[in-house]
Amino acid sequence: MSELIHVESLSKKFGGITAVDDLSFFVSRGEVYGFLGQNRAGKSTTIRMLLTLIKPSDGAIHIFGKNIGTHRKDILQKTGAIIEKRDLYQYLTAFQNLAIISKLSGVRCTQKQLILQLEKVGIAERAHSKVKTFSQGMKQRLGIACALIHNPELIILDEPTNGLDPQGIADVRNLILHLSKQEGKTIFVSSHLLSEIELIADSMLIIDKGRKVAEGKVKDLLNPADTLVQIETANNEMTRRVLQQSQWIHSIQHSEPITLKMHKKEIPSLVKFLIEQNVELLSIQPKHSLEDYFLSLTTSNQYVAAYKNRTL
Amino acid sequence: MWQLIKIELFKIFRKPRTYIAFAAIAAIIFFVQLAFYIDGEKYVSFMMASVEGSFTLEGNMMNGYFIFFIILQTLLVHVPLLISLVAGDMIAGEANMGTLRLLVTKPVSRASLLLGKFWATSIYTILLLSFMAILGLFGSILLFGTSDLVVFKSDKLLLIDKGDIMWRYFAAYGFAALSMITVASLAFLFSVFAENSIGPIIAAMSVIVLFTILTTMDIPLFNSIKPYLFTNHMLNWKGFFDRPVDTGEVLKSALVLIGHIFFFVSLSLYIFQKKDVLS
Repeated sequence: MSELIHVESLSKKFGGITAVDDLSFFVSRGEVYGFLGQNRAGKSTTIRMLLTLIKPSDGAIHIFGKNIGTHRKDILQKTGAIIEKRDLYQYLTAFQNLAIISKLSGVRCTQKQLILQLEKVGIAERAHSKVKTFSQGMKQRLGIACALIHNPELIILDEPTNGLDPQGIADVRNLILHLSKQEGKTIFVSSHLLSEIELIADSMLIIDKGRKVAEGKVKDLLNPADTLVQIETANNEMTRRVLQQSQWIHSIQHSEPITLKMHKKEIPSLVKFLIEQNVELLSIQPKHSLEDYFLSLTTSNQYVAAYKNRTL
Repeated sequence: MWQLIKIELFKIFRKPRTYIAFAAIAAIIFFVQLAFYIDGEKYVSFMMASVEGSFTLEGNMMNGYFIFFIILQTLLVHVPLLISLVAGDMIAGEANMGTLRLLVTKPVSRASLLLGKFWATSIYTILLLSFMAILGLFGSILLFGTSDLVVFKSDKLLLIDKGDIMWRYFAAYGFAALSMITVASLAFLFSVFAENSIGPIIAAMSVIVLFTILTTMDIPLFNSIKPYLFTNHMLNWKGFFDRPVDTGEVLKSALVLIGHIFFFVSLSLYIFQKKDVLS
């Protein structure tokens, strides 16, 4: 897959505050790229630089192989975006908003095409209602319709599920997957809902305090060598005793619930050992989710060095 | 560019605040016309009191041309506020709504976006003045008829033949449009800095009030800077009601206003090009 976004040594300073610090990454054509970080980590600042809303203090951005500084118009013609909250004209109708955006995007749409676009996101019946009467979910759907009206190759979504109900979140997730897998769009998505990224992204980048702390394929990042395994048995006290008297004593992390740290490959051996010891095993659950991983990276840097040694 | 101007005009005329200015102008004109219709003779007698002993004027002095002249003098002091309401909202209002992000991420240059907005603001200003002219001039002519125009100057009383008036009003309208576009471009400049429209409106009005005070105070220190204040030139539409018209002076004022418009818009462009959109 060829590179669609290439960011090199990107930095942004606001006065004495460094919002983004020497950030480099690339996004391949056709993939869903998750962009993770806690609040104020520098996600929105990075996205705003990708969309020419703010100018970098240092570094370079190339999209579609072109420099954003010198080929802004060409790049934005092929890019659709939603930045943080829905930015729509509240005093205009959904139809009027979409008509304005299509003209600004350089597309000439007929009334029928505009209504069709609203149908795609499920708000055609409210086409002629003012946006200020819309729910958050409807505004988000209209925002998506606006972002896609010119059939962009690259879609940049900043926190697209913010303020949505569970159904709305599921709809956005399905739409992202559809756009990526069925229509071959490249999607750059930031979210604080890490479970969402886990479900939709092919690759991801984690930043903290403006700096990259991890980057790679989601399946690789979620499959670290060490994982936490939580055990539930009919008699936890006996199980603890059995484990403490065995080779597994060094793996125990917590007593209640019983949690062990081990290599994933060791899980079958542990199960076999417990059965041999007549432990009535009720459940065994690997706990290392993206969320655990993300928090471990962004709240302390203890895994950063290990991660870098392993994947970079 | 025309596409951008059309979009901006569409947005302007979909906002309720746009119609505040039209409603305010209609109300002022209505009340002035009503007041003159009911009690105009007393006003004219008061104005004529100082010259009554010297000569006598015959005919319909309180005619449509005279009423519109009074309306113009009254309104052109207040119209800057009404224009600032829209001009100050052009960028700051978009920043406040978050739609500035939407505009700047579209494949249109920032310069085109800004100039589109400026031209739309200028068209709105001209439409507002046209509304004022139609309602004020033609409404007053319908109500009060036509006759010669008496213009009270500080040191003289000027009588302009009714056949010699209309072109003066058209010229004064053109000059007033230039003055008001200067005000619009000032509010527009402040709008580039702000993220809500109240700031630019207040800032623009503050500058106009301050400059107007400096213009009207007859103090040697202020007199030296008066030629450089645009407010000093804004009221020179009255020059078209002199006989003969001091063309050189009026032209000079027009050029000063054009220079200010060019300066305010160029500065807005420079700042907007470099601006980080953080709203």
